Amino acid sequence: MLITVNDEQKECSPGTSIADLLENLGIDKRYVAVERNHKIIPRTQFSEIQLLESDNLEIVTFVGGG
Amino acid sequence: MLEFTEEQINRYSRHIILSEVGGKGQQKLLNSKVFLVGAGGLGSPAAYYLAAVGIGKIGIADNDVVDFSNLQRQILHSTKDVNYSKALSAKETLESLNPDVEVVPYIERLTSENIIDIIKDYDVILDGSDNFPTRYLVNDACVLTGKPLSHGSIFRFEGQVTTILPGKSPCYRCIFEVPPPPELVPSCQEAGVLGVLPGVIGSIQATEVIKLILGKGKLLSGELLLYDSLGMDFKKLTLRRNPGCPICGENPTIKKLIDYEQFCQVSF
Repeated sequence: MLITVNDEQKECSPGTSIADLLENLGIDKRYVAVERNHKIIPRTQFSEIQLLESDNLEIVTFVGGG
Repeated sequence: MLEFTEEQINRYSRHIILSEVGGKGQQKLLNSKVFLVGAGGLGSPAAYYLAAVGIGKIGIADNDVVDFSNLQRQILHSTKDVNYSKALSAKETLESLNPDVEVVPYIERLTSENIIDIIKDYDVILDGSDNFPTRYLVNDACVLTGKPLSHGSIFRFEGQVTTILPGKSPCYRCIFEVPPPPELVPSCQEAGVLGVLPGVIGSIQATEVIKLILGKGKLLSGELLLYDSLGMDFKKLTLRRNPGCPICGENPTIKKLIDYEQFCQVSF
């Protein structure tokens, strides 16, 4: 199925969780926030939430400099 | 009754003729007190504009001294200020720009012990700090005291800005519940930052603070503005309050301030 991640279309298999997706992308889940269909998903739910066809995700990395 | 000196009418004339500001709005700015965390990349442009528009009192906290490597972006400081206190350098620059502004320097690191006492006299807080422990401390202190907070942060070519109205809009922990583990944060020295990037982000923060004081326009509350300078792309994410937020949620678990482990000693 197709999903959108940071404005880019990606193929992912049904049943993929947010945690799986981050792992596949090589992103450590401890330093990102994930917005799914315009809703921020708490980090504790990354493993539970399974992605659906045409989900729109924004992965936002912690930025700390000033 | 509005009382301006002739010099003030002249100095603020381009504000006074704006109907959204006017004499009354200018008076609000002159009567307001803004506290800036950091006199670095973000604090520099933010403080510069806040002083220029006549914010009556600007508190600025930084316990660092100016380094040559700061001058590529920290426009409050000059070559002559190298090795001099950033907070004092800021005070001198800002007061020479606008004598209407009282600048109070704080040459100390903000901690759970001192922050509430320091910010209590200010109306709005602007976070331009360079490390996560301070960012979480400032967020939590603002939530606990109900102070509006402009959050800005930068890294390499990217910046993020949001405006936090405690109790009304999502706080920083609603987005990023806990700080990232220290080993995942790249060393500040290694990361690098485009010199003009903090100019964009710090100026947006100052814009938010001015609008907040004037009570005009729409704030970046409930939104996270993402700026990518390489792609020249601005994007807004919609934020919602997280009922499970450990500081502003329904059952907060954080009841007192936390001093997280310091993992970035080098000034950004």
